[in-house]
Amino acid sequence: MSFIFNSKNRTLLVKITGELDLVTAKEFRERLDKAIDEMFTKNLFLDLTRVSFIDSSGLGVILGRYRKIQEKRGIMIIYGMNTNIKRILELSGILSIIPAFNSENEAWTYLERKSLKEA
Amino acid sequence: MDKIVRNQIKLEFISIPENVGLARITIAALASQLDLTLNDLEEIKVATSEAVSNAIIHGYRNKPAGIVKLIGSLYEDSIVIEVIDEGVGIADIPQAMQPAFTTDPERMGLGFVFMQSFMDEVKVESEINNGTRVILTKKLEGAGIQKAVS
Ligand SMILES: Nc1ncnc2c1ncn2[C@@H]1O[C@H](COP(=O)(O)OP(=O)(O)OP(=O)(O)O)[C@@H](O)[C@H]1O
Ligand SMILES: [Mg+2]
Repeated sequence: MSFIFNSKNRTLLVKITGELDLVTAKEFRERLDKAIDEMFTKNLFLDLTRVSFIDSSGLGVILGRYRKIQEKRGIMIIYGMNTNIKRILELSGILSIIPAFNSENEAWTYLERKSLKEA
Repeated sequence: MDKIVRNQIKLEFISIPENVGLARITIAALASQLDLTLNDLEEIKVATSEAVSNAIIHGYRNKPAGIVKLIGSLYEDSIVIEVIDEGVGIADIPQAMQPAFTTDPERMGLGFVFMQSFMDEVKVESEINNGTRVILTKKLEGAGIQKAVS
């Protein structure tokens, strides 16, 4: 598993490649938490385009980060899921909690609209 | 009448997270001898991952010294995956299988939800301090075995 981190205006963008299971969940959680703290993150975008497998261990980390971002009154968004990943997210109930989109562009549009509303 | 086993594998491994992927790939390779859709294969991988993760996390409390046993069997009309640990066991099986039930506050209690949604049958046998056996069955539509015996 590998990550690419990018930060724009206190929004942390994380592109994940590989399988999110019991092996990778721990590293995933630690690296995300470190980046969230170091980059003064308010909002979090998770790009799942290159995630080839996910199970409950990976989902647990995603939901945990969602709660963390919520505490900071930020917005977390996921996007780019393939059909298999989407089905698992759907079954888990996560899709009714975390905003999910097809692309990064859609995620930015959502974030801008949300921020306008709050301003 | 007992069903005829068309193929069977048995694998034993120590209870470390790295072996979850190994178990998943092994079962997927076995399952691909059947005429399954990619969707079915994905579902079997998730269910296997959940059962093996549970054996390691809960059964052996994340200690690497346990042995997890994996048996994969292909029948005419089904694939059966057994995941066996000799760990702490489950006190209340119906409760453990309820959606969102977990004994670990960091987790979501989704493992059994996925196993039950993705497989046709989930059987759990467990005894406190003696371990747990999870038996997952997926039935095939039509003559699934043809590929395996040709
Ligand atoms: N092999 C096992 N040995 C002992 N206890 C188990 C075993 N498998 C499951 N359990 C118990 O059943 C509960 C529910 O399991 P399930 O897989 O549904 O959720 P979880 O593992 O807690 O969370 P998640 O799967 O979402 O990470 C566990 O919290 C644990 O208490
Ligand atoms: Mg589990």
